[in-house]
Amino acid sequence: MMNAPENNHHGLSLEVRGLCRSFGSLEVLKDISFEVHPGEIFVIMGPSGSGKTVLLKHLIGLEDPDKGEIRINGEPALSGEAMSKYRMAMVFQSGALLNSLTVGENVGLYLSEHQTNTPEEIRRIVAEKLEVVGLKGTEEKMPGELSGGMRKRVAIARALVIEPQVLLYDEPTSELDPISAVMVAEEIVRLNRRIHVTSIVVSHDRDLALGIANRIAVIIGGSIGAIGTPEQVRQSPDPRVREFLEADFHKRRANHQPT
Amino acid sequence: MVLLFWRTLASLPATWRQRRKVFEQIFEIGNASLLMVCILSFFIGAVISLQTGPVLVERGLASAVAGVVGIAVCKELAPVLMSILIAGRIGSAMAAEIGSMQVYQEIDALRTMNINPIHYLVLPRILAMAFALPLLVLFSILVAWLGGAIVATVNHRIDIPFDSFFTSLAQIVAFKDVLNGVFKSFVFACIIGAVSCHQGLTTRGGPRGIGRSVTKAVVNSIVLIVIIDYLLTRLLLK
Repeated sequence: MMNAPENNHHGLSLEVRGLCRSFGSLEVLKDISFEVHPGEIFVIMGPSGSGKTVLLKHLIGLEDPDKGEIRINGEPALSGEAMSKYRMAMVFQSGALLNSLTVGENVGLYLSEHQTNTPEEIRRIVAEKLEVVGLKGTEEKMPGELSGGMRKRVAIARALVIEPQVLLYDEPTSELDPISAVMVAEEIVRLNRRIHVTSIVVSHDRDLALGIANRIAVIIGGSIGAIGTPEQVRQSPDPRVREFLEADFHKRRANHQPT
Repeated sequence: MVLLFWRTLASLPATWRQRRKVFEQIFEIGNASLLMVCILSFFIGAVISLQTGPVLVERGLASAVAGVVGIAVCKELAPVLMSILIAGRIGSAMAAEIGSMQVYQEIDALRTMNINPIHYLVLPRILAMAFALPLLVLFSILVAWLGGAIVATVNHRIDIPFDSFFTSLAQIVAFKDVLNGVFKSFVFACIIGAVSCHQGLTTRGGPRGIGRSVTKAVVNSIVLIVIIDYLLTRLLLK
Protein backbone atom coordinates (compact mmCIF):
# COMPACT_ATOMS: atom_id res chain seq x y z
CA MET A 1 0.00 0.00 0.00
CA MET A 2 0.97 3.62 -0.39
CA ASN A 3 2.89 5.35 2.35
CA ALA A 4 0.02 7.45 3.52
CA PRO A 5 0.73 10.09 6.10
CA GLU A 6 -1.53 10.21 9.16
CA ASN A 7 -3.50 13.13 7.80
CA ASN A 8 -4.24 11.16 4.66
CA HIS A 9 -7.89 12.08 4.22
CA HIS A 10 -7.74 15.66 5.44
CA GLY A 11 -7.27 18.58 3.16
CA LEU A 12 -4.32 20.87 3.58
CA SER A 13 -4.10 24.63 3.94
CA LEU A 14 -2.29 26.64 1.29
CA GLU A 15 -0.91 30.10 1.65
CA VAL A 16 0.35 32.26 -1.19
CA ARG A 17 2.31 35.38 -0.27
CA GLY A 18 3.44 38.11 -2.67
CA LEU A 19 3.69 35.84 -5.70
CA CYS A 20 5.13 37.56 -8.79
CA ARG A 21 5.88 36.05 -12.16
CA SER A 22 6.85 37.59 -15.49
CA PHE A 23 7.49 36.07 -18.90
CA GLY A 24 9.93 38.43 -20.58
CA SER A 25 8.46 41.91 -20.26
CA LEU A 26 4.97 40.55 -19.63
CA GLU A 27 4.02 40.67 -15.96
CA VAL A 28 1.58 37.76 -15.53
CA LEU A 29 1.23 37.58 -11.73
CA LYS A 30 1.54 40.75 -9.66
CA ASP A 31 1.93 40.36 -5.93
CA ILE A 32 -0.71 37.65 -5.47
CA SER A 33 -1.57 36.76 -1.86
CA PHE A 34 -4.37 34.56 -0.53
CA GLU A 35 -5.02 31.65 1.74
CA VAL A 36 -6.95 28.43 1.11
CA HIS A 37 -8.41 26.71 4.15
CA PRO A 38 -8.26 22.93 4.64
CA GLY A 39 -11.12 21.09 2.94
CA GLU A 40 -12.68 24.09 1.22
CA ILE A 41 -13.52 24.58 -2.44
CA PHE A 42 -11.63 27.67 -3.51
CA VAL A 43 -12.34 28.97 -7.00
CA ILE A 44 -9.93 31.24 -8.83
CA MET A 45 -11.86 33.16 -11.47
CA GLY A 46 -10.89 35.66 -14.06
CA PRO A 47 -11.03 36.45 -17.74
CA SER A 48 -8.93 34.48 -20.24
CA GLY A 49 -5.25 35.41 -20.08
CA SER A 50 -5.48 36.84 -16.56
CA GLY A 51 -2.88 34.42 -15.18
CA LYS A 52 -5.12 31.81 -13.53
CA THR A 53 -3.47 28.73 -15.05
CA VAL A 54 0.01 30.14 -14.42
CA LEU A 55 -0.96 30.58 -10.78
CA LEU A 56 -2.23 27.00 -10.62
CA LYS A 57 1.03 25.71 -12.10
CA HIS A 58 2.91 27.56 -9.36
CA LEU A 59 0.74 25.93 -6.72
CA ILE A 60 1.63 22.41 -7.90
CA GLY A 61 5.29 23.19 -8.52
CA LEU A 62 5.31 23.15 -12.34
CA GLU A 63 6.51 26.77 -12.38
CA ASP A 64 8.83 28.69 -10.09
CA PRO A 65 7.90 32.24 -9.08
CA ASP A 66 10.19 35.22 -9.59
CA LYS A 67 9.24 36.44 -6.13
CA GLY A 68 6.96 35.34 -3.32
CA GLU A 69 6.24 32.21 -1.39
CA ILE A 70 3.79 29.30 -1.30
CA ARG A 71 3.24 27.47 1.97
CA ILE A 72 1.51 24.12 2.35
CA ASN A 73 0.31 23.52 5.91
CA GLY A 74 2.73 26.24 6.97
CA GLU A 75 5.78 24.71 5.25
CA PRO A 76 7.44 26.40 2.26
CA ALA A 77 6.37 24.43 -0.82
CA LEU A 78 9.31 25.54 -2.90
CA SER A 79 11.79 23.66 -0.71
CA GLY A 80 10.54 20.44 -2.31
CA GLU A 81 10.07 18.84 1.10
CA ALA A 82 6.45 19.83 1.37
CA MET A 83 5.77 18.69 -2.18
CA SER A 84 7.14 15.23 -1.45
CA LYS A 85 5.56 15.07 2.02
CA TYR A 86 2.02 15.95 0.95
CA ARG A 87 0.05 14.58 -1.97
CA MET A 88 -1.26 17.02 -4.54
CA ALA A 89 -2.89 16.22 -7.85
CA MET A 90 -4.01 18.28 -10.79
CA VAL A 91 -6.77 17.79 -13.35
CA PHE A 92 -5.62 19.55 -16.51
CA GLN A 93 -7.87 21.57 -18.80
CA SER A 94 -7.42 19.09 -21.65
CA GLY A 95 -7.38 16.12 -19.29
CA ALA A 96 -3.74 15.51 -20.36
CA LEU A 97 -4.33 11.78 -20.58
CA LEU A 98 -1.45 9.86 -22.13
CA ASN A 99 -2.86 9.04 -25.55
CA SER A 100 -0.71 5.97 -26.03
CA LEU A 101 -2.14 4.30 -22.90
CA THR A 102 -5.60 2.86 -22.26
CA VAL A 103 -7.95 4.50 -19.76
CA GLY A 104 -7.06 1.83 -17.19
CA GLU A 105 -3.32 2.33 -17.70
CA ASN A 106 -3.75 6.10 -17.43
CA VAL A 107 -5.65 5.87 -14.18
CA GLY A 108 -3.22 3.34 -12.71
CA LEU A 109 -0.09 5.09 -13.99
CA TYR A 110 0.91 6.59 -10.63
CA LEU A 111 0.65 3.22 -8.90
CA SER A 112 2.39 1.22 -11.61
CA GLU A 113 5.26 3.70 -11.97
CA HIS A 114 5.84 3.98 -8.24
CA GLN A 115 5.38 0.22 -7.84
CA THR A 116 3.38 0.68 -4.67
CA ASN A 117 0.85 -2.08 -5.42
CA THR A 118 0.61 -5.46 -7.12
CA PRO A 119 -0.96 -5.55 -10.61
CA GLU A 120 -4.15 -7.12 -9.15
CA GLU A 121 -4.44 -4.34 -6.56
CA ILE A 122 -3.86 -1.72 -9.23
CA ARG A 123 -6.65 -3.22 -11.37
CA ARG A 124 -9.00 -3.17 -8.37
CA ILE A 125 -8.13 0.44 -7.44
CA VAL A 126 -8.48 1.58 -11.06
CA ALA A 127 -11.93 -0.04 -11.35
CA GLU A 128 -12.93 1.52 -8.02
CA LYS A 129 -11.84 5.04 -9.03
CA LEU A 130 -13.48 4.78 -12.45
CA GLU A 131 -16.69 3.75 -10.72
CA VAL A 132 -16.44 6.82 -8.47
CA VAL A 133 -16.47 9.08 -11.54
CA GLY A 134 -19.21 7.06 -13.25
CA LEU A 135 -17.03 5.39 -15.86
CA LYS A 136 -17.16 1.77 -14.75
CA GLY A 137 -15.93 -0.71 -17.36
CA THR A 138 -14.02 1.76 -19.56
CA GLU A 139 -10.56 0.44 -18.63
CA GLU A 140 -9.76 -0.94 -22.08
CA LYS A 141 -10.87 2.14 -24.04
CA MET A 142 -8.30 4.50 -25.53
CA PRO A 143 -8.50 8.22 -24.61
CA GLY A 144 -9.25 9.04 -28.25
CA GLU A 145 -12.53 7.07 -28.01
CA LEU A 146 -13.86 9.23 -25.16
CA SER A 147 -15.89 12.44 -25.21
CA GLY A 148 -14.50 15.63 -23.64
CA GLY A 149 -16.52 15.13 -20.46
CA MET A 150 -15.44 11.51 -20.13
CA ARG A 151 -11.78 12.47 -20.60
CA LYS A 152 -12.10 15.01 -17.78
CA ARG A 153 -13.69 12.42 -15.52
CA VAL A 154 -10.90 9.95 -16.34
CA ALA A 155 -8.42 12.70 -15.44
CA ILE A 156 -10.24 13.13 -12.11
CA ALA A 157 -10.07 9.35 -11.52
CA ARG A 158 -6.34 9.47 -12.28
CA ALA A 159 -5.92 12.27 -9.75
CA LEU A 160 -7.95 10.36 -7.14
CA VAL A 161 -5.60 7.37 -7.33
CA ILE A 162 -2.94 9.55 -5.72
CA GLU A 163 -5.34 9.99 -2.76
CA PRO A 164 -4.66 13.72 -2.90
CA GLN A 165 -4.88 16.11 0.00
CA VAL A 166 -5.05 19.03 -2.41
CA LEU A 167 -6.77 18.66 -5.77
CA LEU A 168 -6.30 21.35 -8.41
CA TYR A 169 -8.66 21.66 -11.37
CA ASP A 170 -7.76 23.73 -14.42
CA GLU A 171 -10.91 24.88 -16.25
CA PRO A 172 -12.82 21.67 -15.47
CA THR A 173 -15.94 22.66 -17.41
CA SER A 174 -14.38 24.29 -20.47
CA GLU A 175 -15.31 22.71 -23.82
CA LEU A 176 -18.16 20.79 -22.16
CA ASP A 177 -21.86 20.92 -22.89
CA PRO A 178 -24.01 22.25 -20.01
CA ILE A 179 -25.07 18.78 -18.85
CA SER A 180 -21.51 17.42 -18.77
CA ALA A 181 -20.37 20.64 -17.06
CA VAL A 182 -22.94 20.16 -14.30
CA MET A 183 -21.88 16.51 -13.90
CA VAL A 184 -18.22 17.52 -13.51
CA ALA A 185 -19.19 20.29 -11.06
CA GLU A 186 -21.24 17.81 -9.00
CA GLU A 187 -18.27 15.46 -9.06
CA ILE A 188 -16.01 18.17 -7.61
CA VAL A 189 -18.44 18.88 -4.77
CA ARG A 190 -19.07 15.17 -4.11
CA LEU A 191 -15.34 14.40 -3.90
CA ASN A 192 -14.76 17.36 -1.66
CA ARG A 193 -17.43 16.11 0.77
CA ARG A 194 -16.40 12.49 0.52
CA ILE A 195 -12.62 12.71 0.97
CA HIS A 196 -12.41 16.21 2.47
CA VAL A 197 -9.80 17.19 -0.09
CA THR A 198 -8.87 20.85 -0.42
CA SER A 199 -10.07 21.75 -3.92
CA ILE A 200 -8.71 24.66 -5.90
CA VAL A 201 -10.60 25.26 -9.11
CA VAL A 202 -9.48 27.63 -11.84
CA SER A 203 -12.33 28.66 -14.09
CA HIS A 204 -13.93 31.52 -15.94
CA ASP A 205 -17.29 29.77 -15.69
CA ARG A 206 -19.40 32.02 -13.41
CA ASP A 207 -22.13 29.41 -12.89
CA LEU A 208 -19.60 26.84 -11.76
CA ALA A 209 -17.75 29.26 -9.48
CA LEU A 210 -20.81 30.73 -7.81
CA GLY A 211 -22.42 27.29 -7.57
CA ILE A 212 -19.68 25.23 -5.93
CA ALA A 213 -17.24 27.64 -4.24
CA ASN A 214 -16.87 28.18 -0.54
CA ARG A 215 -14.70 31.16 -1.44
CA ILE A 216 -13.70 32.84 -4.68
CA ALA A 217 -10.73 34.93 -5.77
CA VAL A 218 -11.16 37.00 -8.92
CA ILE A 219 -7.91 37.68 -10.77
CA ILE A 220 -7.96 40.60 -13.17
CA GLY A 221 -4.84 41.56 -15.08
CA GLY A 222 -2.53 39.46 -12.90
CA SER A 223 -3.67 40.76 -9.50
CA ILE A 224 -6.51 39.87 -7.18
CA GLY A 225 -9.54 42.08 -7.77
CA ALA A 226 -11.76 40.51 -5.13
CA ILE A 227 -11.67 37.65 -2.67
CA GLY A 228 -14.31 36.19 -0.35
CA THR A 229 -17.49 34.16 -0.31
CA PRO A 230 -19.56 34.18 -3.52
CA GLU A 231 -21.85 36.77 -1.93
CA GLN A 232 -18.93 39.03 -0.91
CA VAL A 233 -17.39 38.79 -4.36
CA ARG A 234 -20.72 39.62 -6.03
CA GLN A 235 -20.81 42.82 -4.01
CA SER A 236 -17.24 43.83 -4.80
CA PRO A 237 -16.87 47.57 -5.40
CA ASP A 238 -14.11 46.97 -8.00
CA PRO A 239 -15.65 47.94 -11.39
CA ARG A 240 -13.42 45.42 -13.25
CA VAL A 241 -14.73 42.60 -11.05
CA ARG A 242 -18.32 43.77 -11.47
CA GLU A 243 -17.87 43.99 -15.22
CA PHE A 244 -16.51 40.44 -15.31
CA LEU A 245 -19.24 39.02 -13.09
CA GLU A 246 -22.07 40.90 -14.75
CA ALA A 247 -21.00 40.57 -18.38
CA ASP A 248 -24.10 39.59 -20.30
CA PHE A 249 -24.65 39.28 -24.03
CA HIS A 250 -28.19 40.73 -24.01
CA LYS A 251 -27.26 43.60 -21.69
CA ARG A 252 -24.27 44.47 -23.85
CA ARG A 253 -26.35 44.41 -27.01
CA ALA A 254 -28.98 46.58 -25.39
CA ASN A 255 -26.31 49.11 -24.35
CA HIS A 256 -24.97 49.30 -27.89
CA GLN A 257 -28.38 49.60 -29.62
CA PRO A 258 -28.77 52.98 -31.33
CA THR A 259 -31.49 54.99 -29.62
CA MET B 1 21.18 18.35 -24.75
CA VAL B 2 24.42 17.39 -23.00
CA LEU B 3 22.68 17.99 -19.68
CA LEU B 4 19.80 15.76 -20.73
CA PHE B 5 22.21 13.01 -21.75
CA TRP B 6 24.05 13.38 -18.46
CA ARG B 7 20.79 13.14 -16.51
CA THR B 8 19.86 10.06 -18.51
CA LEU B 9 23.18 8.46 -17.61
CA ALA B 10 22.52 9.32 -13.97
CA SER B 11 19.13 7.60 -14.23
CA LEU B 12 20.63 4.33 -15.51
CA PRO B 13 19.92 2.58 -12.17
CA ALA B 14 16.21 2.93 -13.05
CA THR B 15 16.71 0.76 -16.16
CA TRP B 16 15.37 -2.45 -14.58
CA ARG B 17 12.11 -0.73 -13.68
CA GLN B 18 11.75 0.57 -17.21
CA ARG B 19 12.76 -2.70 -18.92
CA ARG B 20 9.33 -3.31 -20.46
CA LYS B 21 9.45 0.10 -22.17
CA VAL B 22 13.03 -0.53 -23.36
CA PHE B 23 11.94 -3.80 -25.02
CA GLU B 24 8.90 -2.11 -26.55
CA GLN B 25 11.12 0.60 -28.01
CA ILE B 26 13.66 -1.92 -29.35
CA PHE B 27 10.81 -3.81 -31.02
CA GLU B 28 9.48 -0.54 -32.43
CA ILE B 29 12.87 0.46 -33.86
CA GLY B 30 13.45 -2.99 -35.38
CA ASN B 31 9.93 -3.27 -36.72
CA ALA B 32 9.96 0.17 -38.31
CA SER B 33 13.36 -0.04 -39.93
CA LEU B 34 14.43 -3.64 -40.63
CA LEU B 35 13.05 -3.79 -44.17
CA MET B 36 14.48 -0.38 -45.07
CA VAL B 37 17.87 -1.34 -43.62
CA CYS B 38 17.81 -4.54 -45.63
CA ILE B 39 17.00 -2.85 -48.96
CA LEU B 40 19.38 0.07 -48.43
CA SER B 41 22.28 -2.13 -47.31
CA PHE B 42 21.90 -4.61 -50.13
CA PHE B 43 22.09 -1.89 -52.77
CA ILE B 44 24.93 -0.01 -51.02
CA GLY B 45 27.05 -3.18 -51.15
CA ALA B 46 25.91 -3.83 -54.72
CA VAL B 47 26.72 -0.36 -56.00
CA ILE B 48 30.19 -0.24 -54.41
CA SER B 49 30.95 -3.59 -55.97
CA LEU B 50 29.64 -2.35 -59.33
CA GLN B 51 31.60 0.92 -59.19
CA THR B 52 34.96 -0.44 -58.01
CA GLY B 53 34.89 -4.03 -59.33
CA PRO B 54 35.51 -3.45 -63.07
CA VAL B 55 38.25 -0.86 -62.42
CA LEU B 56 40.12 -3.12 -59.99
CA VAL B 57 39.68 -6.26 -62.16
CA GLU B 58 41.03 -4.42 -65.24
CA ARG B 59 44.18 -3.64 -63.23
CA GLY B 60 44.55 -7.20 -62.02
CA LEU B 61 43.34 -6.44 -58.52
CA ALA B 62 40.31 -8.76 -58.48
CA SER B 63 41.17 -9.97 -54.98
CA ALA B 64 40.86 -6.38 -53.69
CA VAL B 65 37.18 -5.99 -54.69
CA ALA B 66 35.90 -7.84 -51.63
CA GLY B 67 38.28 -5.86 -49.42
CA VAL B 68 37.10 -2.51 -50.76
CA VAL B 69 33.42 -3.47 -50.33
CA GLY B 70 34.10 -5.03 -46.92
CA ILE B 71 36.09 -2.16 -45.41
CA ALA B 72 34.00 0.66 -46.90
CA VAL B 73 30.78 -0.91 -45.69
CA CYS B 74 31.75 -1.95 -42.19
CA LYS B 75 33.91 1.02 -41.21
CA GLU B 76 32.02 3.86 -42.82
CA LEU B 77 28.94 3.36 -44.96
CA ALA B 78 26.87 1.03 -42.79
CA PRO B 79 27.26 2.98 -39.53
CA VAL B 80 26.82 6.43 -41.09
CA LEU B 81 24.04 5.68 -43.56
CA MET B 82 22.08 3.48 -41.16
CA SER B 83 22.36 6.15 -38.46
CA ILE B 84 21.07 8.78 -40.90
CA LEU B 85 18.23 6.43 -41.85
CA ILE B 86 17.35 5.83 -38.19
CA ALA B 87 17.57 9.56 -37.42
CA GLY B 88 15.00 10.17 -40.15
CA ARG B 89 12.79 7.19 -39.37
CA ILE B 90 12.96 6.80 -35.57
CA GLY B 91 14.52 10.06 -34.29
CA SER B 92 11.81 12.09 -36.00
CA ALA B 93 9.09 9.86 -34.52
CA MET B 94 10.62 10.23 -31.04
CA ALA B 95 10.77 14.02 -31.31
CA ALA B 96 7.18 14.13 -32.60
CA GLU B 97 5.83 11.85 -29.87
CA ILE B 98 7.59 13.59 -26.98
CA GLY B 99 6.92 17.01 -28.55
CA SER B 100 3.21 16.31 -28.77
CA MET B 101 3.21 15.07 -25.16
CA GLN B 102 4.91 18.32 -24.17
CA VAL B 103 2.48 20.51 -26.10
CA TYR B 104 -0.61 18.69 -24.82
CA GLN B 105 0.57 18.85 -21.18
CA GLU B 106 1.06 15.07 -20.84
CA ILE B 107 4.58 15.66 -19.54
CA ASP B 108 3.27 18.19 -17.00
CA ALA B 109 0.77 15.52 -15.95
CA LEU B 110 3.66 13.07 -15.41
CA ARG B 111 5.46 15.64 -13.27
CA THR B 112 2.39 16.23 -11.10
CA MET B 113 2.30 12.47 -10.49
CA ASN B 114 5.94 12.64 -9.39
CA ILE B 115 6.98 10.59 -12.44
CA ASN B 116 10.32 11.74 -13.81
CA PRO B 117 9.96 12.25 -17.60
CA ILE B 118 13.63 11.33 -18.03
CA HIS B 119 13.05 7.92 -16.41
CA TYR B 120 9.71 7.39 -18.11
CA LEU B 121 10.38 8.73 -21.62
CA VAL B 122 14.04 9.48 -22.31
CA LEU B 123 15.89 6.59 -20.67
CA PRO B 124 13.98 3.79 -22.45
CA ARG B 125 14.33 5.51 -25.82
CA ILE B 126 18.07 6.23 -25.60
CA LEU B 127 18.80 2.75 -24.23
CA ALA B 128 16.73 1.07 -26.93
CA MET B 129 18.43 3.17 -29.59
CA ALA B 130 21.90 2.38 -28.18
CA PHE B 131 21.08 -1.33 -28.25
CA ALA B 132 19.14 -1.56 -31.51
CA LEU B 133 21.23 0.61 -33.85
CA PRO B 134 24.51 -1.37 -33.43
CA LEU B 135 22.53 -4.57 -34.08
CA LEU B 136 20.95 -3.05 -37.17
CA VAL B 137 24.40 -1.92 -38.36
CA LEU B 138 25.77 -5.43 -37.85
CA PHE B 139 22.87 -6.78 -39.89
CA SER B 140 23.40 -4.05 -42.47
CA ILE B 141 27.09 -4.96 -42.88
CA LEU B 142 26.21 -8.60 -43.58
CA VAL B 143 23.48 -7.70 -46.08
CA ALA B 144 25.75 -5.16 -47.85
CA TRP B 145 28.52 -7.76 -48.16
CA LEU B 146 25.95 -10.14 -49.63
CA GLY B 147 24.83 -7.47 -52.12
CA GLY B 148 28.46 -6.81 -53.10
CA ALA B 149 29.17 -10.52 -53.49
CA ILE B 150 26.12 -11.14 -55.69
CA VAL B 151 27.01 -8.26 -58.03
CA ALA B 152 30.66 -9.37 -58.15
CA THR B 153 29.48 -12.86 -59.14
CA VAL B 154 26.82 -12.03 -61.73
CA ASN B 155 28.45 -9.00 -63.39
CA HIS B 156 30.52 -10.29 -66.31
CA ARG B 157 33.03 -7.43 -66.02
CA ILE B 158 33.89 -8.43 -62.44
CA ASP B 159 33.13 -12.17 -62.49
CA ILE B 160 34.43 -13.18 -59.06
CA PRO B 161 33.00 -16.48 -57.75
CA PHE B 162 30.73 -16.08 -54.73
CA ASP B 163 32.89 -18.13 -52.33
CA SER B 164 36.14 -16.48 -53.57
CA PHE B 165 34.60 -13.06 -52.75
CA PHE B 166 34.02 -14.09 -49.14
CA THR B 167 37.43 -15.83 -48.88
CA SER B 168 39.15 -12.56 -49.95
CA LEU B 169 36.89 -10.57 -47.68
CA ALA B 170 37.83 -12.73 -44.68
CA GLN B 171 41.52 -12.22 -45.45
CA ILE B 172 41.27 -8.43 -45.66
CA VAL B 173 38.55 -7.42 -43.21
CA ALA B 174 39.51 -8.01 -39.58
CA PHE B 175 37.06 -8.45 -36.71
CA LYS B 176 38.21 -5.13 -35.27
CA ASP B 177 37.07 -3.39 -38.46
CA VAL B 178 33.53 -4.62 -37.81
CA LEU B 179 33.81 -3.61 -34.16
CA ASN B 180 34.96 -0.19 -35.32
CA GLY B 181 31.70 0.31 -37.24
CA VAL B 182 29.58 -1.10 -34.45
CA PHE B 183 31.23 1.22 -31.93
CA LYS B 184 30.61 4.22 -34.19
CA SER B 185 26.96 3.28 -34.50
CA PHE B 186 26.66 3.03 -30.70
CA VAL B 187 27.93 6.62 -30.39
CA PHE B 188 25.60 7.77 -33.18
CA ALA B 189 22.67 6.04 -31.47
CA CYS B 190 23.33 8.01 -28.27
CA ILE B 191 23.47 11.22 -30.34
CA ILE B 192 20.19 10.49 -32.17
CA GLY B 193 18.41 9.52 -28.94
CA ALA B 194 19.63 12.53 -26.98
CA VAL B 195 19.01 15.05 -29.79
CA SER B 196 15.52 13.72 -30.56
CA CYS B 197 14.38 13.52 -26.94
CA HIS B 198 15.83 16.97 -26.22
CA GLN B 199 14.02 18.49 -29.19
CA GLY B 200 10.80 16.80 -28.07
CA LEU B 201 11.07 18.02 -24.49
CA THR B 202 11.81 21.60 -25.55
CA THR B 203 8.89 21.82 -27.99
CA ARG B 204 6.86 25.01 -27.62
CA GLY B 205 3.68 26.08 -29.34
CA GLY B 206 1.18 23.89 -31.15
CA PRO B 207 1.47 21.59 -34.17
CA ARG B 208 3.86 24.02 -35.85
CA GLY B 209 6.19 23.71 -32.85
CA ILE B 210 6.08 19.93 -33.14
CA GLY B 211 6.97 20.15 -36.84
CA ARG B 212 9.88 22.45 -36.03
CA SER B 213 11.16 20.06 -33.37
CA VAL B 214 10.99 17.09 -35.74
CA THR B 215 12.94 18.95 -38.44
CA LYS B 216 15.55 20.15 -35.94
CA ALA B 217 15.89 16.66 -34.45
CA VAL B 218 16.67 15.11 -37.84
CA VAL B 219 18.90 17.90 -39.15
CA ASN B 220 20.87 18.31 -35.91
CA SER B 221 21.32 14.54 -35.61
CA ILE B 222 22.66 14.25 -39.16
CA VAL B 223 25.04 17.19 -38.77
CA LEU B 224 26.35 15.81 -35.46
CA ILE B 225 26.69 12.28 -36.91
CA VAL B 226 28.84 13.55 -39.79
CA ILE B 227 31.06 15.70 -37.53
CA ILE B 228 31.46 13.03 -34.84
CA ASP B 229 32.13 10.45 -37.57
CA TYR B 230 35.16 12.43 -38.69
CA LEU B 231 36.44 12.79 -35.13
CA LEU B 232 35.87 9.10 -34.34
CA THR B 233 37.58 8.05 -37.56
CA ARG B 234 40.62 10.13 -36.63
CA LEU B 235 40.60 8.59 -33.16
CA LEU B 236 40.11 5.01 -34.32
CA LEU B 237 42.74 5.25 -37.08
CA LYS B 238 45.47 5.72 -34.46
